[in-house]
Amino acid sequence: MTNVSRYIAAIVAAVVITMLPVLDAAAQQKVLKFIPQADLRILDPIATTAYITRNHGYMVYDTLFAMDEKFQVKPQMVDKFDISKDQLTYTFTLRDGLKFHDGLPVRSADCIASIDRWSKRDALGQKLAEATEAWSAVDDKTFRLKLKKPFPLTLEALAKPSSNVPFIMPERIAKTDPFKNIDDATGSGPFKFVKAEWVPGNKVVYVKNTDYVPRKEAPSWASGGKVVKVDRVEWIYIPDSATAAAALNAGEADWWEQLPPDLIPLLTRNKAITVKNIDPLGSMGMIRFNFLYPPFNNQKMRQALLYAVNQQDYVIGIAGDAKNGHPCYSYFTCGTPLSSEVAAEPLKGKRDFEKAKQLIKESGYKGERIVIIDATDQPIVHSQSLLTLEMLKKLGLNAEVQAGDWGTLITRRAVKEPPEKGGWSIFHTWLVGPDMVNPAVNFPIRGTGDKAWFGWPTDAKIEELREVWFNATDASSSKKAASAVQERAFEFVPFVPTGQFILPTAYRSNISGVIIAPVSFLWNVEKK
Amino acid sequence: MTVVAFVVFSLLYLTPGDPAAVIAGDAATSDDIRRIRANLGLDEPFLIRFGGWVWGLAHGDLGTSIFTHLPVTHLIAQRIEPTLSLTLCTLLVAVLVAVPLGVIAAAKAGTWIDRMVMAFSVLGFSVPVFVLAYILILVFSIELDWLPVQGYRNIHENFWDWLRHLILPSIALGTVYMALIARITRASMLDVLAQDYIRTAQAKGLAPEAVLVGHALKNAAVPIVTTIGIGIALLIGGAIVTETVFAIPGIGRLTVDAILRRDYPIIQGVILIFSGAYVLINLAVDLSYMVFDPRIRY
Repeated sequence: MTNVSRYIAAIVAAVVITMLPVLDAAAQQKVLKFIPQADLRILDPIATTAYITRNHGYMVYDTLFAMDEKFQVKPQMVDKFDISKDQLTYTFTLRDGLKFHDGLPVRSADCIASIDRWSKRDALGQKLAEATEAWSAVDDKTFRLKLKKPFPLTLEALAKPSSNVPFIMPERIAKTDPFKNIDDATGSGPFKFVKAEWVPGNKVVYVKNTDYVPRKEAPSWASGGKVVKVDRVEWIYIPDSATAAAALNAGEADWWEQLPPDLIPLLTRNKAITVKNIDPLGSMGMIRFNFLYPPFNNQKMRQALLYAVNQQDYVIGIAGDAKNGHPCYSYFTCGTPLSSEVAAEPLKGKRDFEKAKQLIKESGYKGERIVIIDATDQPIVHSQSLLTLEMLKKLGLNAEVQAGDWGTLITRRAVKEPPEKGGWSIFHTWLVGPDMVNPAVNFPIRGTGDKAWFGWPTDAKIEELREVWFNATDASSSKKAASAVQERAFEFVPFVPTGQFILPTAYRSNISGVIIAPVSFLWNVEKK
Repeated sequence: MTVVAFVVFSLLYLTPGDPAAVIAGDAATSDDIRRIRANLGLDEPFLIRFGGWVWGLAHGDLGTSIFTHLPVTHLIAQRIEPTLSLTLCTLLVAVLVAVPLGVIAAAKAGTWIDRMVMAFSVLGFSVPVFVLAYILILVFSIELDWLPVQGYRNIHENFWDWLRHLILPSIALGTVYMALIARITRASMLDVLAQDYIRTAQAKGLAPEAVLVGHALKNAAVPIVTTIGIGIALLIGGAIVTETVFAIPGIGRLTVDAILRRDYPIIQGVILIFSGAYVLINLAVDLSYMVFDPRIRY
């Protein structure tokens, strides 16, 4: 054998050896490998509204109440509760056996501190706090809420399913300033966070909380028994979607939370993979205006866009296929109790560009530059930006897209300068269905000026109508009040809804028990 | 390094973007962002922030990630092994393949072997790293099921598994590097092979392999080593793409993620460390010239 032959033989031998399968000690355990929608960076579900942090919250924390698939509030950590006849006093008693991951029992003081911190950040929590006289501990397992005035949404607030979720933390952690991130993920939920194995940008590890006492009821959304059927869950963040698809195809991952539309056909071809829509509410896209500067400080300009937006185009642009979404002519998430098509005529039916142009003329538009800020690293934002640009050009408006990344967009949208001085006219985003189900959580609808969401609309009427809704005491009056809010929204146009879309999930056939819900819950999931 | 520290800090200070806005999330108001910014000390004047950072550096503290609250040194330590492994394996694969190819191409200049090597070299330069990566994944991971698609295993957990996870990324990243080294080796060897002392060695009856390796290659080594040294910077740049495609938790991805989120302490720490590493690599390359060419003295 020559030297060259030996050299080649050595390389081939090394390569062959490395290709031999490797026995893995972790294979003895049931490990669920999950590719999440984003990378977990922030552990504090109160300090941020990021959905990935909310999902982390559901892994490690529990809630006092939770909402089920019929939008009914169910007790979760609470065993029993009592509401006084005057609706001013709520008494809650915790279930037996609730323990934090550090082994300490969950006490009333922990719940009160947690709710207090949450209510300083969450809009619905703030509303509850306004109505609250005091929270007090009766004993370690019983605590009381005393209200200044009846607040019919008290239990709904405590069962809020999406960001910010009122998770219960130990008092020592919940005492942290709500504007400062916590970095201790000690909860009492069904999984324990393994901080030592956390590699931000790559892997998050959770192990089954063997001390967790699940409820007896069947799981339904965030309510019911959170029975963990695997020993360990690994969130593997794969930033490249083609690699994520390959990993799922090759069986290196069990479940991919959210598929980009272009890869759905590829995964559907693999019989070992189930591609499914498990999110009954999906997400809602939107066009948001800057109300401080022309031309969108003029109501007629905003109304004009209602006649021009074709939601079907936006749904296809975002979700790739009309099957993954549908138009939603409502300011509240379609498929939920308060959604309706009241006053939605301008957004429905055949698109009327002539009417839109007439409204633009009536608005006195003088050719002001319209700056659409875009984030090219966010496909949902980017596709909407391009569609809106095309539509505005068709309407003869002086529009341009200024592209950057998401980090730049969310910084720039906070700038209150005019568009020509670094400000903006339009940005696009989306919210998950649960964040738009009613006037309490639907923050883009609000008109509180400087205190409102980016764009800063001022509309006293919508705020008044929102108050009426808060005071509604039954389903019928609630629906009526919400319809009035929507009617005003279609007149004032705080934003233009661009449709409801669903990004499907995909999991391998050895996975069962996936819960149909707006959040990917990992309890009840079994791996064979 | 002081200049690097100042420039990096200043550039990041001037870059648009606000980590407080990223932390606050989509539903936050301007007021929420202002309060978070104040809590993080991001509303402090430039000099106070720069002074604080430099003070930390002087005490060996690169700061703490704005998002994860983990020390930057910890995050870099977590990521250094995958990047070093990838870089070293790539270097190894590239040098082991490219130097012999370049030597053979030079020895067989003008023949079909030479043309094949040069064709491979042009191809290696032309195919983007990510395209090659996807092709390798499709063939070796999906179709043949020989090697993993993505991820990384620590070397101390399981050596063979560590190696299995690095083969495809090293080939993907190393191809362009192989092409570069093969061309330089060939060109350098052709120069040396035309020298009188090579003719003398051949006339003395030395075996062709001994002439090529013992005489020609050693004398052609200086430009090759220089290319390898320069190529390490190329590798670090390419590693960002490779780490993203193969989901390897390395320094490249740490940096990109930090840039996207405006996690300033991480960006500053990584740039500073890599600047230092690059200076050291160049120094090592310069010193190695003395080994290959005894005429060089510093």
